Amino acid sequence: MTNLLTVQNLSKSFGSLQVIEGFDMHLDDGEALGIIGPNGAGKSTLFNLITGSLTSDTGSISFDGQDMTGLPAYARCRAGIGRSYQIPHPFGGMTVFENLLVGAAFGGGEKEAESYDHCAEVLERTGLIDKANTLAGSLTLLERKRLELARALATKPRALLLDEIAGGLTEHEIQDLVATINSIRAENMSIIWIEHIVHALLSVVDRLVVINFGQKLDDGDPQTVINSPEVQKVYMGISIE
Amino acid sequence: MTDSYNVLRSTRASRIGSIIGLVLFIVLVSFPTWGDRATMRLLVEMFYILALSQMWNLMAGYGGLVSVGQQAFVGLGGYMLFLLTIHLGVGAVWTVPLAGLIGAVVSLPVAFLVFRLRGHYFAIGTWVVAEVFLLGFAQIKTLGGGSGLSLPVSVVKSIASSRAGRDSAIYWTALFVVVAVIAIVYFLLRSRHGLALTAIRDSEEASNSLGVDNFRAKLLVYIFAAFGTTAIGALIFLTKLRISPSAAFDINWTTTVIFIVVIGGIGTIEGPILGTIIFFLLREPLADFGSWYLILLGTTAVVVMLKAPQGIWGIITHKFDLRFFPVQRRLELKKDD
Ligand SMILES: Nc1ncnc2c1ncn2[C@@H]1O[C@H](COP(=O)(O)OP(=O)(O)O)[C@@H](O)[C@H]1O
Ligand SMILES: [Mg+2]
Repeated sequence: MTNLLTVQNLSKSFGSLQVIEGFDMHLDDGEALGIIGPNGAGKSTLFNLITGSLTSDTGSISFDGQDMTGLPAYARCRAGIGRSYQIPHPFGGMTVFENLLVGAAFGGGEKEAESYDHCAEVLERTGLIDKANTLAGSLTLLERKRLELARALATKPRALLLDEIAGGLTEHEIQDLVATINSIRAENMSIIWIEHIVHALLSVVDRLVVINFGQKLDDGDPQTVINSPEVQKVYMGISIE
Repeated sequence: MTDSYNVLRSTRASRIGSIIGLVLFIVLVSFPTWGDRATMRLLVEMFYILALSQMWNLMAGYGGLVSVGQQAFVGLGGYMLFLLTIHLGVGAVWTVPLAGLIGAVVSLPVAFLVFRLRGHYFAIGTWVVAEVFLLGFAQIKTLGGGSGLSLPVSVVKSIASSRAGRDSAIYWTALFVVVAVIAIVYFLLRSRHGLALTAIRDSEEASNSLGVDNFRAKLLVYIFAAFGTTAIGALIFLTKLRISPSAAFDINWTTTVIFIVVIGGIGTIEGPILGTIIFFLLREPLADFGSWYLILLGTTAVVVMLKAPQGIWGIITHKFDLRFFPVQRRLELKKDD
């Protein structure tokens, strides 16, 4: 498999707080990578660095053979990095459909009218079609999480970065979500998924990375990683299914 | 399966609204032929205040650029009227679009400065720029220095020889400007750029990560608002025939407009229209109260900001789902399926 995303020696601190330190990571084309780690480990910050929402102190990021390091977030999105936010950021005064159009017309670089079908299709697939004309500001938390996924898909990404989109879902809803993500995967989408709900993660990903205090603790086959003593120690007291 | 969807761009209210709008437009165009002079003057004032409000709303309500220094461009436009007519012999009405172009050019270096500032500092920066403009124009002797100047009789007569003719010419210019401003803002918001601006209005973080170049969109909106505001400035002083630095760069040009947009409803086209009507309705009966009038306006604005941040139009759309200027895209199932 060819390498799609490479992160080298990435560091980020907020004042005196070192949140990401000397981080290396890669993602292959078509691969699904899971990321776990305790709260505050720096997972969301890592996503913000990869997508350009935050600028890194050191290190480099390359995507699809292009150096992304100095590029602004919108350029990285256009290059094919789609992301969802852990805390949803809907365009509250726009309809759900229009939220997707923004992603398609700018991130996806399509003519607005030519993206209508694609956006409708994404809405069907993510179960939001009945909410197409609802203002995003009036959605429930669950619907907002789905909108995060739908909007990222609207940009026609090559890599999809999902940040805890299963948080707060019922078991049944998690099954639905896993099915949706697996169907997206089947179309050769590369995925990085940060998730606390490990059993959901394990039914999707090919590889698992563990982050603790901004550093990589482990990286490899999901079952092996989960059962390693070091990871078990970090998660002591938290059940891993 | 997805071929069974249609995208609708109009609403029932917008179809009724466009008929009402057309009738209103005909009434307003013909007004000089049957209306009285005092009302005509009031309407001219309403037109340019509404046009200014639409410009500020586009910039602040959509682009998130809360400027309190737009009087810099109003004043610049006013002075361009005097400079272009007196020294370059340009026809008075033609100074309106020309001033707009000059304003757009001047806004580039201004943007270069103020775009480095964030949030409150941006607002303060724009105000400082306006003060610098005031001090600068007060130094220019050929434009009357600190005490200002009047439009020479020859220039005034060149608009139209009779007073009634001048009043009508200025009235139609003002009407043209306000209709053009609303039309441009409407089509801009319906376009792809509108999608970006509306997204920026709602979340700058998300719009950027969905591929919108926020900086570019904001810069374009700032330049466009400068173009419009400077053109309107030339129009305003064409109605006044006299200018001085303190009148030209008066911060009230901006505070009035902020009041109107906040009360009416920020981030909508209807809001500033409603706000302008409310402002003039309140102003006439309250004008005798002097500074109490300003205190009342200020209090009303604060109450609206606290109780209804979306303004009065926000309350109305929320209750009745009314949209006279539909900038939305509604996804509908096709009937024949
Ligand atoms: N913008 C910020 N400014 C200051 N501190 C931040 C910021 N973003 C995150 N942090 C801090 O960085 C640490 C890691 O946060 P985050 O990446 O959100 O962790 P995770 O997603 O793994 O739970 C936390 O201690 C958090 O408080
Ligand atoms: Mg997080």
